[in-house]
Amino acid sequence: MSAPTLDRPAAPDEAALQAHFDAVIAAGHRIEPRDWMPEGYRQGLIRQIAQHAHSEIIGMQPEGDWLLAAPSLRRKAILLAKVQDEAGHGMYLYSAAETLGADRADLTDKLIERRQKYSSIFNYPTLTYADVGVIGWLVDGAAICNQVPLCRSSYGPYARAMIRVCKEESFHQRQGYELLMTMMAGSDAQRAMVADAVDRWWWPSLMMFGPPDDDSPNSAQSMRWGVKRHSNDELRQRFVDMTVPQAAVLGVTLPDPELALDPATGRYRFGPIDWSELKAVIAGNGPCNAERIARRRAARDDNAWVTEAATAYASKHAA
Amino acid sequence: MGHEETVYDALDHAHGGEGQWAFGTGFDDPLAGVDTTVPEGIDPADLGAYCLMLGDDALVLCQRLTQWVTNAPELEEEVALANCGLDLLGQARLLLARAGSVGVLGRSRTLATDPVPDEDALAYFRDPDEFRSSWLVAAPNGDFGQTVVRLLAASAWRLALFARLRESRDPVLAAIAAKGVPELTYHRDHAARWVLRLGDGTAESHRRAQAGVDTVWPLLADLFTATDVEARLAATGVAVDPAQLRDEVRGVLTLVLERATLTVPAWPAEQPSRGRAGEPGPELTALLADLQGLARAHPDAVW
Amino acid sequence: MSTDLTAEGGHGAVPTGPEVPVEPKASTARRDWPLYEVFVRGKRGLNHVHVGSLHAPDDEMAVHAARDLYTRRNEGVSIWVVRSADITASSPDEKDPMFAPNGDKVYRHPTFYEIPENVPHM
Repeated sequence: MSAPTLDRPAAPDEAALQAHFDAVIAAGHRIEPRDWMPEGYRQGLIRQIAQHAHSEIIGMQPEGDWLLAAPSLRRKAILLAKVQDEAGHGMYLYSAAETLGADRADLTDKLIERRQKYSSIFNYPTLTYADVGVIGWLVDGAAICNQVPLCRSSYGPYARAMIRVCKEESFHQRQGYELLMTMMAGSDAQRAMVADAVDRWWWPSLMMFGPPDDDSPNSAQSMRWGVKRHSNDELRQRFVDMTVPQAAVLGVTLPDPELALDPATGRYRFGPIDWSELKAVIAGNGPCNAERIARRRAARDDNAWVTEAATAYASKHAA
Repeated sequence: MGHEETVYDALDHAHGGEGQWAFGTGFDDPLAGVDTTVPEGIDPADLGAYCLMLGDDALVLCQRLTQWVTNAPELEEEVALANCGLDLLGQARLLLARAGSVGVLGRSRTLATDPVPDEDALAYFRDPDEFRSSWLVAAPNGDFGQTVVRLLAASAWRLALFARLRESRDPVLAAIAAKGVPELTYHRDHAARWVLRLGDGTAESHRRAQAGVDTVWPLLADLFTATDVEARLAATGVAVDPAQLRDEVRGVLTLVLERATLTVPAWPAEQPSRGRAGEPGPELTALLADLQGLARAHPDAVW
Repeated sequence: MSTDLTAEGGHGAVPTGPEVPVEPKASTARRDWPLYEVFVRGKRGLNHVHVGSLHAPDDEMAVHAARDLYTRRNEGVSIWVVRSADITASSPDEKDPMFAPNGDKVYRHPTFYEIPENVPHM
């Protein structure tokens, strides 16, 4: 007697899988975690999402340095909620990376061992309270320009995480701008702080969009896969066009003598970016590189006993 | 609808959907829209002094919890501790604003310029000896074990108090307490969950949790003896005599520690509170230097 | 000059040059807490919807961490958490034989049936 054979369909070959994947991307549909995907797509996404998550977590520190000293209780509440959001954003993103088979603890180790990077913008120090406002306005503003297109990323979990992040980020940019408006209406010392902070953060904000398009080798593949939606230069221009009128309302001068409206295009021309400065920061010569990583390392190592205790308790009480 | 319900309603709903954006950040005046009239027979000076004690406790403990942000054991705990801090900050703002609304501002109002709101005048422009927080909340965090033991003790005490203050004859205080009860319940339970896991986790975590208990326990001595202000206000149904909280607080702490397999130390010899008497101690002085430095450097500034 | 930079992800420029190691090294990670999937009911009358994941040592801590993270702006009235490892999914691909046949069973969808306009409550 023989049991009926349960014929499983033969595993599709790689070319068929690739063709299906390409068709999903071409149709503008989302790739989901259990779909077949090219290894390059998976690894590239893990790297990108992890870097993004690391940036959120490290990005808590520059502003977090002002949490204890925030100069009013209302500002303290706003800043605490904002820094908490950044922890949340990091968690949403690690969560997306984990759907690709990455492990959060492992990604954290890679950050601490400097095998994965985070955005260089967070290696600059926050020297005055105006920096909190300028980070909200310019740094979060630039981040929003980068992030809004990612809500349409071809990878479903990343796109969904970004929708949640973007909704919350708009609060971040608005609180920053509102702080700066208040400070500009305040004392001379406050206005001087704002001017100084804008001077220090303007160029690093423009550098957040990455190298010029003709010098950006990874972008083409990312755009083809729908992981990246707009070129670096296009996003940078969009940010400048949005920000210049905001600066005028605020009454601050952006530190670029070449900044001018091009009547032909209706867009703003701006001066050349000094990439050597950014490269120095990335090379580890930024003011705060070592300090940022040291704090993450301490949070992991000094508290490992807490994590272990909870695991031990859970296994004792599993029944 | 009675006065109490109106006040509670105003506190809880006055700020529309803004609370959805970030707890307690969407408004400028914490008591906006609230009737702050002091009912007949209540001494405003006593009421204000009492609000300062409770507001200072919340502000100082918020500051301590905030020190964990960017340093917590796991990202989940970053978020949890920040939530507790935000709740306490909201309570501090309401209580300091209540003190201001009954005219208890002292020297702070002359040091802070006019546009600075009362809550900030009180938080930023009082000297350490004008603070009335207990030594329990001012003590340093220590490690995570000591931090959660202190959070357990502080929130158990405050929850027992706020549950009773919901009946306070001051409707504003009653409303602030009613709003705080679910928040403090959550803090106490969060801390208790951690004390259980550390006490009954590994040998190392047990040792650290016990050390935290042994450090925190003597600080309980200050919490249960009424000051003159508390005694007078308790007699008129505005405040609660802290001695009434002892059994409940002790019961909760004992239960949690026993379940966590930790040794419950002997109850400390009770004494009048040093913190409530305006003895700040070096730890509070240092904490206030961090809190106040920037605001005091720019007394004419609006933020 | 700047070829070792890219602007992947939300916060922009990160380095990708040859000095940045990308080769995965054997992890030294201590055992992390297990992963939980989180489902939130946004308001009464709606289904619980998957919102993301988190790490927690046990179920009780997971549900509280989910409350702290995923409903801190009052986004939910009810939360479910479940160990990711306990979820059984149709595998290995969303384009699985299990789903493919349903693509042409349009009769499962209510719009397949044309109902005259004057029929109420359909």
